[in-house]
Amino acid sequence: MKTYEGKSVFGGVAIGKVLVYKKGEQQVKRQRVTDTQAELERFENARTEAVEQLKALYAKAVKEVGEASAAIFEIHQMMLEDLDYLDSIHNMIQTQEVNAEYAVATTSDNFAMMFSSMDDAYMKERAADVKDVSERILAVLSGGVKSTVATDEPSIIVADDLAPSETVQLDKDKVLAFVTVHGSSNSHTAILARTMGIPALIGTPVDLESVDGKTAVVDGYSGTFYVDPDEETRKVMLEKQKKDKEQKELLQTLKGKENVTLDGKKVMIYANIGNIKDLAMVLQNDAGGIGLFRSEFIYLEHDDYPTEEEQFKVYRAVAETMAGKRVIIRTLDIGADKQAAYFNMDHEENPALGYRAIRICLTREDIFKTQLRAIFRASAFGKISVMYPMIISVDEVKKIKRIVEEVKAELTSQQIAFGEVEQGIMIETPAAVMVSEALAKEVDFFSIGTNDLTQYTLAIDRQNPKLEEFYDPHHPAVLNMIRMTVENAHKAGIWAGICGELGADPELTKFFLSIGVDELSVSPGRVLALRKTVLETDVDKEREEQLKTWL
Amino acid sequence: MKEFKYTLTDPEGIHARPAGELVKKAKEFESAVTISKDGKSADAKRLFALMGLAVKQGQEVVVSAEGPDEDAAIEAMSEFMKANL
Repeated sequence: MKTYEGKSVFGGVAIGKVLVYKKGEQQVKRQRVTDTQAELERFENARTEAVEQLKALYAKAVKEVGEASAAIFEIHQMMLEDLDYLDSIHNMIQTQEVNAEYAVATTSDNFAMMFSSMDDAYMKERAADVKDVSERILAVLSGGVKSTVATDEPSIIVADDLAPSETVQLDKDKVLAFVTVHGSSNSHTAILARTMGIPALIGTPVDLESVDGKTAVVDGYSGTFYVDPDEETRKVMLEKQKKDKEQKELLQTLKGKENVTLDGKKVMIYANIGNIKDLAMVLQNDAGGIGLFRSEFIYLEHDDYPTEEEQFKVYRAVAETMAGKRVIIRTLDIGADKQAAYFNMDHEENPALGYRAIRICLTREDIFKTQLRAIFRASAFGKISVMYPMIISVDEVKKIKRIVEEVKAELTSQQIAFGEVEQGIMIETPAAVMVSEALAKEVDFFSIGTNDLTQYTLAIDRQNPKLEEFYDPHHPAVLNMIRMTVENAHKAGIWAGICGELGADPELTKFFLSIGVDELSVSPGRVLALRKTVLETDVDKEREEQLKTWL
Repeated sequence: MKEFKYTLTDPEGIHARPAGELVKKAKEFESAVTISKDGKSADAKRLFALMGLAVKQGQEVVVSAEGPDEDAAIEAMSEFMKANL
């Protein structure tokens, strides 16, 4: 057995025969042509044919992997219509009297070099696109179709690298997994593999010659590629594959189902996201909305305070993508373990108990107002709610509401549109729990942040690894806090959810349903598993037992 | 000739997809449309040249148009950049 370590771009386990994919290296010879006009025409015909092929590929990709991932083939078409690219080829054919193949190959090399010499990782990758489209024309010129993988048996495709057009042309039923020597997680191949949902490893130092035709295993979870696996590895991997498959199949059957318990109680299951890139996962896993949009990433990715316009664009994109489903944006939660240099924050002995989140916003209204304006403006494009972190008092909420009223008045006087925005607060301090009855009268909803609530309730620093054995989110003190919060929310007629990690803890789902939690917001990949538990629970029957077990 | 300045807010800069859209938009006009950054300029109707500028978030570009429909071109480009970049 030989083991290689690669970088996984998509999970899953595949077992099968290796098929090494070699590019149909187009040997291009320089030839003199006498009739340059005819040669130009030959090139133009080949180019038209290549564009047609790309159109077909685009249509195939839209159907299989969605419009966003398919867009690359539209870009490829445009590359074949680029004037500089065409000028270069035309010129070479005319002035150097060379064959179309040579002109295309040389031009391709020049443009690819331009991209690969750029200092931007993304642009470097585009060299592969130039080569990909050029090879397509070369294939047409040589009379052949661009080489594709031909196999009858489903295989693990191993290659040096795969161009996006090569990936999409593969017969999906015949591909078990991808393993490439090169490629980056930025490459289209990685993105396509992810959307196709098959295990894929990149950056795997495989010796291509030695693995062809051998039996192998791809473990997309650990990033390992086993060639000629021994009996033991094979057995372990078969088991892992079986479990993985069952889980995926089960979850697929749950898509589109309502989150309702056996005794008819409905619960909202939302997703947490920390970046606009997570939206695809939210949609794929059928979340009912976004229960926690961590706006910090916008601040952490910038070298200076993000402008209203920059923020608006992000919030609007999320609102539009979620198309009318609720999106709860949490305002800036920076400080403690999340720092951005330009905030120039003083060093603190005790940052978790320090200057963070709403405390920054209430002392630096300029930053807060910029964000609120962006959020309210985006509310004209979808169903946006806002929630405020680290609340400890009714007074704070009143201050926030006054600022919000000012922002709304400004927008109205500037004739800028905004929609209805529900306002909620995070319940993540014991103080907020203790005054939750009064807080509930001021806001539209509660969302319980269990990570901080646990840390503050148990007086345990989450960042200190030595304390791990004492950190117990199942502590009855924490669970009682949650129950009290939910009860006080319901007394005031508002809903209460959980957006911390505890919300996805399968051991506690039944307990949360028993105490009447209305919403659970979890990472996108956990949505369907949670739905399964909800569908199998009978709250009325199980409540007593649950309360006895946990409280 | 008409021109305007624009600072990119899109976190990914002028990457392939918006570059393609931008070229399509520029091609709707007869006027020559040019995008410049730090003294380097590119014909907005040429995809590779435009991508070659590698404009990133926070960088300022000058968009200019010259020709019979330059007013309309400038207006359309400005609208496009604000909405997409």
